[in-house]
Amino acid sequence: MYKIVRKKSLNPTVTLMDIEAPLVAKKAKAGQFIILRVDGDGERIPLTVAGCDQEKGTVTIIFQIVGATTEKLNHKNEGELIEDFVGPLGMPTEIEGLKKVCVIGGGVGCAIALPVARALHEQGAEVTAIAGFRNRDLVILEDEFKACSDRFIMMTDDGSYGEKGTVTVPLKELLEKGERFDEVIAIGPLIMMKFVCLTTKEYGQKTVVSMNPIMIDGTGMCGGCRLTVGGETKFACVDGPDFDGHLVDFDEAMSRSRSYAPFERHAYEEACNLFKKEVR
Amino acid sequence: MPNMRATKNPMPSQDPNVRNHNFDEVTLGYTAEMAVDEAQRCLHCKNMPCVSGCPVNIQIPDFIKKVAEGDFEGAYQVISLSSSLPAVCGRVCPQESQCEGKCVRGIKGEPVGIGRLERFVADYHNEHCTEAPKAPEKNGHKVAVIGSGPAGLTCAGDLAKMGYDVTVYEALHLAGGVLVYGIPEFRLPKAIVQKEVDNLKALGVKVETDMVIGRILTIEELKEEYGYEAIFIGTGAGLPRFMNIPGENLKGVYSANEFLTRSNLMKAYREDSTTPIQHAKRVAVVGGGNVAMDAARTAKRLGAEEVYIVYRRGMAELPARKEEVEHAEEEGIIFKTLCNPVEILPTGVSDPRDPNYGWVSGIRCVEMELGEPDESGRRRPVVKEGSEFELPMDCVIMALGTSPNPLLKKTTPGLETKRRGEIAADENGLTSIEGVYAGGDAVTGAATVILAMGAGKTAAAAMDAYIKGKNA
Repeated sequence: MYKIVRKKSLNPTVTLMDIEAPLVAKKAKAGQFIILRVDGDGERIPLTVAGCDQEKGTVTIIFQIVGATTEKLNHKNEGELIEDFVGPLGMPTEIEGLKKVCVIGGGVGCAIALPVARALHEQGAEVTAIAGFRNRDLVILEDEFKACSDRFIMMTDDGSYGEKGTVTVPLKELLEKGERFDEVIAIGPLIMMKFVCLTTKEYGQKTVVSMNPIMIDGTGMCGGCRLTVGGETKFACVDGPDFDGHLVDFDEAMSRSRSYAPFERHAYEEACNLFKKEVR
Repeated sequence: MPNMRATKNPMPSQDPNVRNHNFDEVTLGYTAEMAVDEAQRCLHCKNMPCVSGCPVNIQIPDFIKKVAEGDFEGAYQVISLSSSLPAVCGRVCPQESQCEGKCVRGIKGEPVGIGRLERFVADYHNEHCTEAPKAPEKNGHKVAVIGSGPAGLTCAGDLAKMGYDVTVYEALHLAGGVLVYGIPEFRLPKAIVQKEVDNLKALGVKVETDMVIGRILTIEELKEEYGYEAIFIGTGAGLPRFMNIPGENLKGVYSANEFLTRSNLMKAYREDSTTPIQHAKRVAVVGGGNVAMDAARTAKRLGAEEVYIVYRRGMAELPARKEEVEHAEEEGIIFKTLCNPVEILPTGVSDPRDPNYGWVSGIRCVEMELGEPDESGRRRPVVKEGSEFELPMDCVIMALGTSPNPLLKKTTPGLETKRRGEIAADENGLTSIEGVYAGGDAVTGAATVILAMGAGKTAAAAMDAYIKGKNA
């Protein structure tokens, strides 16, 4: 059992938790993930490590309430326990030797992009950060991003904060002006990562994406998380989650991610009933 | 006088048309009467070929004699000298190619039902014995076991009985390995596995779940920082193989590991499960081993109308246990043998946003015929020219076998492995690293529960000798 030592709401649908897991905190690196189970009957869900405090022995996770399990997790309070917390899993993001990088986060993906940006900043790289959200109410981690980037661009789809438009708008402008990076690292919804890759491909700009397929064990024993990358099948949980974005078959990944959509919808409605909450 | 009836006492079991709609155990086990009667068929031959057929050499005639006398607890004590998981092995061992395959009674009739008797004895003990096993006196030495499958549990049990302070590290949230995630409830009730794990804990074995060794701790750290004097690697062969044919990443295509893990470990077969699983109507399971049978029978129980076993060799070559093939046939599984898929076909929808995009709609197969024997001695299947045909399907499950997971190899400098990633180990289980032993599927590639247990046993003895030698 693993204790929730801190809980903080970042916006109406995104919550941060620090979980007591000293061994995981000691080993986890930016880009790796954990798998958790809220309770004894729960499913296993993957969440990226958003930060670690080795002294306190805690691991930070940031999750968006999108379904039954994240809903249940969000109903746990500080001091309460969750059943299972397994990690660190996956390969860390490769940042060694990178000197000039553009880190792009979309929505709750910003929580995953932040530790990558921070690690890059700490090794002295020049970091351009682009964060995109649907609207002002959903903005998270703005100050944290500013603190570890040399240039920070905030985008909202509806223009209610920062600039109006998606993350690809400023990205295209920079590339069009001739700016190039050692890498563009994009983390967010599949559709966002797909369009970032379509944008950078035109300019021959190397791009790395952090994939987020359906997972069960997260240790390479089932292949539920498989993706096609450069024509080959890869297991995201052990070969990734980071891949060369120009080689990823995004349409297949998006299709596979919706394998259980009707089941998930039904489970979410049941969880909301349980907590007497209105279904969105 | 022994009972000279030529046939085994039949095993009571659920009616096929009832059981293929539930996940309760198929076979119901002998009554005391049936067990005593069956035990009397044993001739107590002097050279005991049955014992040599058992990978852990259970003293079979001895325990059967106790059963014939009605001393069931005494029989259990005989078995437990050699085996830690009799309730499991009595159910899942391929006895026809092991103990029963060597039974003298099998020459002119059916062999003695050794597996069924072992199961009866273990179930009798678990039901009637309320006394917890006594934790042995500790000898002050620490050992670690990586993986809590049959190999790891056996190794841990033997070492605990010798007085070692044993910790088992398991990556998943439940101990048992393939016994909990792979073999379905209808063949091996999970309460039985739990009972065996609880027995080990009563012996003082610590079980640490959620620990992916290689990631959270390395083998070197276990030795240097945690002070384990010897380590056993029993991580199994859990990496699924795919065919690398077009369409394998369509929705509705599972590895058998994924399908069975969802159903068994995550209980997706239950209505109130939070883990989803596809309830398909037409299912093809590719492969012919026990895992293929388990996947097919699980799919049937999840409501499939037609379930096919698609296998490239013939019925006679199916590697699955005979009893499981018979059970599958009784439950209405359709055997499409001498048949091999060459492509998995998608639905005709081309818009990725359409929910029907990217699903399986069928498989394209070729017919096979058996040619010359290959290096393994089995006749090699050859494609029949111009024999392509299509079968409509909405789910395809790949049960083609598994390889050892490469994670430990990747994170343990100096750990030698073989061609398919199997850990290189000598006959005692010693790897290329001093004090580090390995056994079970991690060394042999996918094999049987009892062979894994045998390897765990051998390694436990070798680890004991190693530690004693070092401290002498």
